[in-house]
Amino acid sequence: MTITPSIKRDFLEKLAKEGKRVDGRKFDEFRDIEIEVGVVNKAEGSARVKIGKTQVITGIKMDLGEPYPDSPDSGVMTTAAELIPMASPDFESGPPREDAIELARVVDRGIRESDIIEVDKLCVEPGEKVWIVFIDIHILDYDGNLFDAASLASLAALMTAKVPAERFELGEDYPLPLKEPPISCTSVKFNGVTIMDPSLDEEEIAEVRLTVATDTNGDVRAMQKGLNGSFSVDEIKKVIKASVDNGKKIREQLYKSVGK
Amino acid sequence: MNKEQREIVIPSQLLGDVKQKKAGRGTFVENGKIYAEVLGVLNAGSDYINVVPIKGRYDPVPQDFVIGIVIEPMASSWLVDINAAYPALLHVNEVPWDVDFGETEKYLNTGDCVMAKVSSVDQEKKLNITLKDRNLYKVKGGILFEVEPSKVPRIIGKKGSMISLLKKYTGCRIFVGQNGRVWADGENQGIQKVIDTINLIEKESLSYGLTNKIEDLLKKDSKEVE
Amino acid sequence: MKSDIKLFENGKRLDGRKPEDLRPVKIEAGVLHRAEGSCYLEWGGNKVLAAVYGPREAVPRHTQNPLRAIVNARYNMAAFSVDDRKRPGPDRRSREISKVTSEALENVILVEKYPRAAIDVNIEVLDAEAGTRCAGLTAAAVALVDAGIPMKDIPVACAAGKIDGQVVLDLGKEEDNFGQADLPIAISPRTGEILLLQMDGHLTNDEFNQALDMAIKGCHTVSEIQKKAIMQNYQKAEEEE
Repeated sequence: MTITPSIKRDFLEKLAKEGKRVDGRKFDEFRDIEIEVGVVNKAEGSARVKIGKTQVITGIKMDLGEPYPDSPDSGVMTTAAELIPMASPDFESGPPREDAIELARVVDRGIRESDIIEVDKLCVEPGEKVWIVFIDIHILDYDGNLFDAASLASLAALMTAKVPAERFELGEDYPLPLKEPPISCTSVKFNGVTIMDPSLDEEEIAEVRLTVATDTNGDVRAMQKGLNGSFSVDEIKKVIKASVDNGKKIREQLYKSVGK
Repeated sequence: MNKEQREIVIPSQLLGDVKQKKAGRGTFVENGKIYAEVLGVLNAGSDYINVVPIKGRYDPVPQDFVIGIVIEPMASSWLVDINAAYPALLHVNEVPWDVDFGETEKYLNTGDCVMAKVSSVDQEKKLNITLKDRNLYKVKGGILFEVEPSKVPRIIGKKGSMISLLKKYTGCRIFVGQNGRVWADGENQGIQKVIDTINLIEKESLSYGLTNKIEDLLKKDSKEVE
Repeated sequence: MKSDIKLFENGKRLDGRKPEDLRPVKIEAGVLHRAEGSCYLEWGGNKVLAAVYGPREAVPRHTQNPLRAIVNARYNMAAFSVDDRKRPGPDRRSREISKVTSEALENVILVEKYPRAAIDVNIEVLDAEAGTRCAGLTAAAVALVDAGIPMKDIPVACAAGKIDGQVVLDLGKEEDNFGQADLPIAISPRTGEILLLQMDGHLTNDEFNQALDMAIKGCHTVSEIQKKAIMQNYQKAEEEE
């Protein structure tokens, strides 16, 4: 485990009291975001996202399979995340740890519960054959804020994905049917100060974390609190507002990079 | 930016013959021939060949001054991270305090920072450090950051010339550990200057005339501030 | 697997290459921030990322060797890197490739300098198109140099094979699936020693010699590309103002 020196923690807290962050950002400012789509040929859709130095690749694969018994006319989606050892000296190879599982499930819920993928349009034979959408998130470089990077990469990959109908002799390939995606923004709090898009140093001393996904109307679509600290109601409302504002900017950039 | 370059060599590059030169650090010998073993700067004299690695793990040598971060207090010692391939051991007998058995965390706890000296490195690379010396202590306040261990000599400079310049023009207390860790304390502006200047030294470590260039830069900055 | 595709006709292969032609190879060193050494490599349609951590104390304790460092190469294919999505996690094929890759790298790394330590190499295949183990090892070698790990050579890998009775260099996708032999090798370019060798299919003695010769030549070509990438990355780092 990489230990955070207490000097670093003290310095970050001191800066925060003065309204500053180590890299000069404002409290509600994101690092530079880079989105590149179509990076994996074998995948039906793919995207590489960098937030600061954090780097994530998501690949979308599709296959035909059986629907869930309680939704025989719907396609199926499943999300997995791999915190591969290259991304951090603290990641070990082996079965997914709870961090990877939480990451996958939060990204999954953000997509599933906001009905981004129009699964009712992914039915081939009711009760028998539907399209299965595999969302596989590969963390390559960990420098803080995996939630937003993973979520953004997954959205960009989905928005450029094509249903591989030709390979299964079901007609021509066509774009994966999608609705407008909500954008996720993550904040952390330490020593009474709440900041958005934590870098690695900031994440290491965070007491509590809040991820908020908002849509084009500014409505809240998904939330997740993590770590064992707490937020006041006021702080939560402030975070939601900042998430809506940043969500707008990020959505613009996302649409531009997928060619909308 | 125009600068003279020193020669860069890569692993497996043929550098010379043992009959003419002595094989120094960063090289290996095979069949009487001397080769580079790392990506580094060639440092060859009339009778020796060294390669100074550009990147790489800090290799602890007894008497080195290092900045350590406590990993874990144990019954009668502490495990300390000194940015080497192995953690170092700090025994209760090697600190200036009277520590009772099991009371180690009262003095140093996980995350605490110490200025230490490497006291021994054995064949299995088991490392021991000590705090028993003037200038060695538990560090409080300031900032801590890391640089490539191979650049430390440049940052300190010949007979400390570079580090003296830094201290003079930033007004900060600065300590550079051989293990690539740097500690500095002072006014916010000064600290920022320390970070920026050291980053610059790291990037341009191989150019000639760097000390003068840095001095000019620091002098210019101070004048602007006034 | 038999097929009606003609893999070799009029001196040309399916993708237009001549028997001794290599697919395009592109290498970039130092691409990741956290990893101590890293390399991104494209070889034909293959996209591979390699990262190195170490030397660092080997854990768990019982894996430590008191005399030298252990080399743990981990080869893994991303779920989305292949036609049919692959379930995440190591399978027997990945484990075997990891083992032969570790053994090849151990040969050239100066492991005696780091008793009780581990050198961890992570190879991720992001896009697969035949020859991933060669691409992976080649990338791993560059990542090791980038990390400053002392080595006596920079290993490199390349495969040769046989299609429609013709010995060829660097099998492509269909050639790998429907060809008659596959011979991936890795060498220490300075000494010419073979560090990795696997073969499946059917080769006469003459064909084997031809294929081995071809693969070795291919290795040397790729070795030049590795070395250029290493020097380029160093120069880029120096130029950043």
